Amino acid sequence: MVRCSHLFLIVIVLIWSTAARALPEIQSWTTKKGAKVLFVEAHELPMVDIRLVFDAGSARDGKQSGVASLSNALLGQGAAGLSADEIAQGFEQKGAKLGNGSERDMAWLSLRSLTDSKLLQPSLELFGKVLAEPDFPKADFKREQQRMLIGLEYQKQKPKSIGSKAFYHDLYGDHPYSSDPSGTTGTVKALSAKDLRDFYRQYYVARNAMVVIVGDLSRKQAQLVAADLADALPEGDKAPALPDVAELDAGKADYIEHPSSQSHVLMGAPGIRRGDPDYFQLYVGNHILGGSGLVSRISKEIREKRGLSYSAYSYFVPMRREGPYLLGFQTRNDQRDEALSVLRDTVQTFIDKGPAEKELESAKNNIIGGFPLKVSSNGKIAEYLAVIGFYDLPLDYLARFTGNIQAVTVEQIQDAYKRRVHPDRMVTITVGGPVEPDDSGS
Amino acid sequence: MRGMLALVLGLFAVVSLAEDLIHEYKLENGLKLIVKEDHRAPIMVSQVWYKVGSSYEHDGITGVSHVLEHMMFKGTKAVPSGEFSQIIAENGGSENAFTSQDYTAYFQTMEKSRLPVSFELEADRMRNLTIPDEEFLKEVQVVMEERRMRTEDNPQSLTYEQFNATAYASSPYRLPVIGWMDDLENLQVGDLRDWYQKWYAPNNATLVVVGDVDPEDVYAQAKKYFGPLKPSEISPAKPRLEIAQRGRKEIKVEAPAKLPYLMMGYKTPVVLTAEQSWEPYALEVLAGILDGGDGARLASELVRGKAVAASAGAGYDGHDRMDSLFLLSGTPSNGHTVKDLEKALTEQVQRLRESSAEAEELDRVKAQLRADKVYEQDSIFYQAMQIGILETVGLSWKDAERYLERIEAVTAEQVRAVANKYLVPDRLTVAELVPQPIDTDQPPRTAGAAHVH
Repeated sequence: MVRCSHLFLIVIVLIWSTAARALPEIQSWTTKKGAKVLFVEAHELPMVDIRLVFDAGSARDGKQSGVASLSNALLGQGAAGLSADEIAQGFEQKGAKLGNGSERDMAWLSLRSLTDSKLLQPSLELFGKVLAEPDFPKADFKREQQRMLIGLEYQKQKPKSIGSKAFYHDLYGDHPYSSDPSGTTGTVKALSAKDLRDFYRQYYVARNAMVVIVGDLSRKQAQLVAADLADALPEGDKAPALPDVAELDAGKADYIEHPSSQSHVLMGAPGIRRGDPDYFQLYVGNHILGGSGLVSRISKEIREKRGLSYSAYSYFVPMRREGPYLLGFQTRNDQRDEALSVLRDTVQTFIDKGPAEKELESAKNNIIGGFPLKVSSNGKIAEYLAVIGFYDLPLDYLARFTGNIQAVTVEQIQDAYKRRVHPDRMVTITVGGPVEPDDSGS
Repeated sequence: MRGMLALVLGLFAVVSLAEDLIHEYKLENGLKLIVKEDHRAPIMVSQVWYKVGSSYEHDGITGVSHVLEHMMFKGTKAVPSGEFSQIIAENGGSENAFTSQDYTAYFQTMEKSRLPVSFELEADRMRNLTIPDEEFLKEVQVVMEERRMRTEDNPQSLTYEQFNATAYASSPYRLPVIGWMDDLENLQVGDLRDWYQKWYAPNNATLVVVGDVDPEDVYAQAKKYFGPLKPSEISPAKPRLEIAQRGRKEIKVEAPAKLPYLMMGYKTPVVLTAEQSWEPYALEVLAGILDGGDGARLASELVRGKAVAASAGAGYDGHDRMDSLFLLSGTPSNGHTVKDLEKALTEQVQRLRESSAEAEELDRVKAQLRADKVYEQDSIFYQAMQIGILETVGLSWKDAERYLERIEAVTAEQVRAVANKYLVPDRLTVAELVPQPIDTDQPPRTAGAAHVH
C-alpha cells in the first residue's frame, strides 16, 4: 500500500488490528432530572475532564443576536455570591481549569481537574455553583458586554471574519444559523442583564443538558458527579426543534472591500446535518476533494501546481440542521479570479467525473489508518463524546466509524455529490483590496 | 509556524518527565535520539529537530530557514515532489513542520507500527533533497501568500514584527521568522541549497519519538535508517549577542485596524544565559503572578477592577537560545487609551519591584504549574515538543525534570529581585498600533451576474 518508489516496497505489513484496542468504551445513563451522561473511564492519568453541553448556542438567540454567547461568558463572572476573582482564584488554587464556550448549536461549561480528592472536591463544588447559581452581576455584565463590543471591532479588522459573517448571512437568510454567535454592535448594545438571566433560565436546564466525563473516576464516582451537577439544575424543557434549512435557489456573489493585500474567498452552500444519510459518502468525497491538506485536489491545484495560496481547502460543518459546505482560499488580490476559476473547475470536474478508485483507496487508508489518532487522548475523547451525545449519534458511532468509511464506493460519492453539491447555486464571498482594472477581470 | 504568544504561555507550563520512561541514544554519525514511552494509545509521534531557524540567518536572506522547511516536501531523488505527504497520508499519518527563531522541526503522528515509514522518509530528506528550480519558484510564492495572510494583513502581527525589529539591535531575534517580503522576493534557489548543505546533517539534528513504542526497537530502526547518513562539518553559529540597550525605545505602527494595541518588552536573560540560575524561574513565576489565569493580577485588576484593558497578557520564555524579552501586551477598553493601558501595566511592574507578592499568589502559580505537569501528559505531541525544544536550544530534556523543583524553590524575594534587575526602563521597548481607517460599515456589493436579495 505504500505506493511509489522502490525505496518503500518492503516497508510495512498492513495491519490495523490495533485500532480496535484504541477504542474508548462509552458508558451512558440518564440522571434523575433527565440529563444524558456519556462517560469513559481512563485511569492512566490522575485527571478528569467534565463538560456540560447545552442546546443553547446562538441558534437560540432569536432577535437578540449575541445573547447566547454573552450568557455563557457571564457564567464564571459571579455565582452564589462569589465574585469573579473568588471563582477564578478558587479554581487556580487547586490547579483546576474552568472552560466555557458557545457556537451556533451548542454552549458548554467545562472543568479539568486532578482527581486527588483534596483538589477535585472543592473544584467540583465551585463548578456546581458556577453552573447552577450564576448571579449575572450588573457590573460584570456591563464589562463583558463592552468586551464583546470590542471583540466585534477586532473581527472587523480580520478579512477572514468579515467574509465568514457575510457567508453565513447569505447562506441562511431567515434561519437562526444566519446570525453570528458574537452578535452585532446594535444587538449586543441592546442586551440587558435580565435578558441573559432569562436566556439562562430557559436553556441551562437538565432536560436540555448532557454531561461528558472522561478520566480517572469509577462508574460510581462518575454517577455521583453527574447527578450533583446536572440535577442541581431545574428539570426544564428541551429546546424546541430548529426550523429546516432551505436550499439556495440561485447563486450569489458578494464583494466586500477591505484594505488588505490578499483577498479571502469563501464559496459554499448549506451542506449536511449530523446523522445525515449521505454523511460518510460526502465526508470521504470531501476528504479527496479538499479535506486532506496538501494531498487533496483543491490544494494540489491551487497551491502545489500554481503557488496561488498558502491554504486552499473545503470542508463540511455538520450541525443539528444542514451546516455549511465551505470551500475557500486566500490569495494576492490580483490573482483571486484565477484562483476562483481553478477552484470552480476542480469542484465541477469532481462532480462530473467522481473520484478515481485509487484516490478513494488512499483516502480510506488515511482515514481508517489515522483513526487511532482521533481518540488518543482524554481531551480528544471528551470532544467526541460531546458530539455523539449532543447530536444523539449512536453510542457505537466510534466502533462503526471505520466500517462506515470502508463501505463507501466511488459511485456513492459521485451520486451524493451530484444530488447535494451544486456549484451554480453557491454563495461566493470575496473580501479584499481593489485591483487595478487591467490586471483583473472582476 | 510561529504562534508566538501561545508558545510563550505554553512553555510557562513546566514539565516533569518520569526519568525511567525516557531513553537517550546517540548514533555514530552524531544524531541524537530521545525516546519517551507513553502506552496509553497505540500511536506514536516522530519529530526531527534541526538546530537552525531565523536566529541563524542574516540580513538579505531572512526567511530562508522557513522557505527551506517548505522545500523539504518538494522531493528527493528517491521520493519525487509531493510523494512524501502522499505516503504519510496513505499510512494514516498526520504530518507537518514548523520553523521558529531557534529551530526547524518536522513531525509525523501515526499508528505505532508506521514508525519505519516516518524514519525512512525523514532520513532520506535529511541528506538527499533536490530543491528543483521550478518547485522553488512556485513555493516561494506560497510563502509570500503565507506572509500576506499572517503578517501583512494582520495589524497585530505587523506591530509585533516591527516591535521585535526595534527592541533588538544586534541580536538576530530582530529578524522575522517568515522573512522580510523584499528578501523573499530576492531569494535565490542557490541560497536554499547552501542553507541545506550548511545545516541539514545528522550531527545537527535530534530525533524525538514519543508513544506506544519499545525504546530499543526505535533505536534499532533509527540505526537502520539514519545510521548510514554521513555527518557534516557544522560551523557553530556566532554568538551575535545583543548590545546593551541605553534607554527606553518607542515606536508607533500605523496600519488599517479597528483597535489600538500595545506591546511592551523588557530585555531578560534565559536559562542558558542567566547570571544566577534561579533568575529565569523567578521571571516565569513573575509572569504567572501577572497572567497565570483569570484570577491573576492583569485579569483581576486591569480587565476587571480598573477595567482599563479589554485584554491584557504577560509572557516569558526561559527556553530561548539567547537573551530574550519579557512581554506585556494588551488592548485598552472602551473609553481608555493606549497611554492609560501603558500606565496601568507600568504600575503593575512598579508594584512588583516595590513589594513582594503574597504567599497565596505564589502558591496559586505553583499549584497551576504542578497540575499542568499532569495535564500535558495527555498529549504525546506536546511531550515530544518539550524534549525537542530543550535539546535544540542547547539544554537537555533532563532540565525539564528539574524544572518544577526550580519553580517550587522560587521565593517572593527572588521575584522582587528580578523585577528590580530586569523590568527597568533602560531595558524597555514599547510599540503602539495606531489604527488607520477601514471602511467596513459599507454594505457588501453584489458582483457578477448572480441574483441579488
